[in-house]
Amino acid sequence: MKLTLNKFHVKDIQFSEKSSFSEGVLHISKAELAEYLLKDPNISSVDFDIARPGESTRIIPIKDVIQPRYKKSGTGQIFPGFVGDVETVGNGETNVLEECCVATSGKIVAFQEGIIDMSGPGAEFNSFSKMNILVPLIQPADGLDKHTHEATVRVAGLKTAAYMAKLSLECTPDGTETFEHESILEMGAKYPDLPKVVYVDMVQCQGLMHDTYVYGLNVKGILSTLIGPLEVLDGAIVSGNCAAPGHKNATIHHENNPIILDLLKHHGKDLCFVGVLLSNESAMLNEKMRAAYYTANLSQLLGADGMIASEEGGGNPETDLMLNCKFHEKKGIKTVLVTDEYCGRDGASQGLADVTPEADAVVTNGNGNQFVVLPKMDKIIGDIEAARVITGGNANSIGEDGTLSVEIAAIMGSCCEMGYEHMTTRLR
Amino acid sequence: MKKIVHYINQFYGQFGGEEAAGMTPVKKEGPVGPGRSLNEALSGEGEITATIICGDNYFADNSDAALSEILKMIEAEKPDIFIAGPAFNAGRYGLACGNICDAVKAKLNIPVLTGLYPENPGVDMYKKTVYIIETPMTAAGMKDVIPKMASLAAKLLNGDEIGFPEEEGYIPQGFRVNVHTEKNGAERGVDMLIKKLRGEPFTTELPMPVFDRVAPAPALKDLKHARIALITSGGIVPQGNPDHIESANASRYGIYDITGLDSLSSDSFTSVHGGYDPVYAMDDPDRVVPLDAMREVEHEGVIGELYNHYYATVGNTTAVSNAKKYAEDIAQDMIKNHVQAAILTSN
Repeated sequence: MKLTLNKFHVKDIQFSEKSSFSEGVLHISKAELAEYLLKDPNISSVDFDIARPGESTRIIPIKDVIQPRYKKSGTGQIFPGFVGDVETVGNGETNVLEECCVATSGKIVAFQEGIIDMSGPGAEFNSFSKMNILVPLIQPADGLDKHTHEATVRVAGLKTAAYMAKLSLECTPDGTETFEHESILEMGAKYPDLPKVVYVDMVQCQGLMHDTYVYGLNVKGILSTLIGPLEVLDGAIVSGNCAAPGHKNATIHHENNPIILDLLKHHGKDLCFVGVLLSNESAMLNEKMRAAYYTANLSQLLGADGMIASEEGGGNPETDLMLNCKFHEKKGIKTVLVTDEYCGRDGASQGLADVTPEADAVVTNGNGNQFVVLPKMDKIIGDIEAARVITGGNANSIGEDGTLSVEIAAIMGSCCEMGYEHMTTRLR
Repeated sequence: MKKIVHYINQFYGQFGGEEAAGMTPVKKEGPVGPGRSLNEALSGEGEITATIICGDNYFADNSDAALSEILKMIEAEKPDIFIAGPAFNAGRYGLACGNICDAVKAKLNIPVLTGLYPENPGVDMYKKTVYIIETPMTAAGMKDVIPKMASLAAKLLNGDEIGFPEEEGYIPQGFRVNVHTEKNGAERGVDMLIKKLRGEPFTTELPMPVFDRVAPAPALKDLKHARIALITSGGIVPQGNPDHIESANASRYGIYDITGLDSLSSDSFTSVHGGYDPVYAMDDPDRVVPLDAMREVEHEGVIGELYNHYYATVGNTTAVSNAKKYAEDIAQDMIKNHVQAAILTSN
């Protein structure tokens, strides 16, 4: 498979009469985009706002972050099962808007929604603060139940992202990046001496608004399965997850899965990247065991020598992470785990809910309990009152002077367990 | 010049070995023994104005009295920093150094510093509150230890930022702090995997934490006369969340009256838990706090009675230190109210 990403650097987003993309500026017609989104009768109204890097702007509450992409050629269309139909993706050319994302907001769906600060100390905790952000503020129809509300906002975000990238179809990209990935038998013959590595992408699908979608399917209840890395980069995995904002894998994380990107860089040089295994984090112990046993089984069937696993969420998913480690190591497959920790505001508590002695190679992406006081921002997009109820916030989060005191679990993607950001913890 | 008070035992104070270990504390002007080289190494950043010398046995056998005498001597000097030892692997001496440092920090609110071998019993007891420079087992390592103690002391005196244990030479205090890295987490993970596959050395970023294990209490012998309480970490609270329990990493818990209630209605109770989909819990809070089912077994006489309050908090990204603190409070409250057993529900 061969996938080329046509990259367009977005210098600015502006509202205009007509939507278009030219010379790095994305012009968005509110009316045109609203008309498209309002085709969904579950949305009563939608407005839009723009946040730019360096501005004194805070966006809250944010459900999902999505990078605009649209396929120019190849099979299927971006976000298959939602925007595209269910045909497989991962080949041809896909237009990508860089330094740009959609952050869905509006009436809060659940407590697990986050914050992006565009400047100040809060901006240091994620990459989104360095992007031009279009924020759809989505108000659900009266009486919409929470589960339909979640689905409505999820799909509206994906449609917005696709709409934006589609505007670039006739334009010339600033640069391109091509990824190639052979079939398993081919790569085995091509790289007989390189260690075979699989990536275990743990997805959190427990029902109850902790769900992830692959080709539009909620993969709750699946037996662990294999997916090509280029499919993931082409929007095959979509987040519907209401887990803590600091460590939920948002759609943008799946589209830019940093472990996949790094393994592709090493592929054919110092390792042979066999593929991605989706291992579900169920809420039930028996299902956790089945997922981990079967993931290790697939790794063995594929002839893996090494495995790297990323987690989503925290608490009970630590059991999935540790079982995946244990069952792989038992088969002689060397394992690295990528996670984060919750070790208290002072960092003195044990930060994982489950452990296993085989987990001797672990990457941590930070302590989500770190407490920060973020300065007042001139502009709030969304509703600052949400800070009192979201994960990481509390009743006293909003200071009289406009400061915001939260644990960094409230900041979107701050401790991303795919290792998207540049943070770790050190013992002192 | 900033003032330093230094503490050493009878041996380093040149009063003798075991035969002098019972001596009571004395104060001498200026540096004594290892204090001389420490003073030199500080090269003007501060000066040892007084040295306190005490026998190891006297301190070990009369800790409270010895500590209060020594604190008085230190306080009188009005020092800017207090340094004890280094005591290497000497157990009694090490415990005294840790204990006095800890007390000085609490009482005088000045920086404190000592030096110990990692297995010295003073390390585990005092490393959280006291900077302890790591030393070899014996005084043969004195010449390596003194410059490290002097360097950290100078930083503490000047109010400079203190670096990580590997840079400063102190024994880790047990606090994990967030730091930014050059490579992202994914790149660090793949690098680690390549090293592990090649059999090359690598360093995990998160050594597996050690859990406390709680032995389950023995089963109740007489359920029919027992008072049972309900506890939940599932975040079910009265509407309005009167105690402002946080939706994550809760720092508090609530105690709520259920006298005369046969079930928890959604009009009066709700969920504030930020870690699960609350739709079904809000629809019927009994799904998380099973008051309805408990009333049934109470009426049937299976249990003596249900305690007329329930305890609630939120278990979501919650630090164990918080959970432990309010679990202890809740246990005390249950004992006070003659509760014999409790049913804990999560979410």
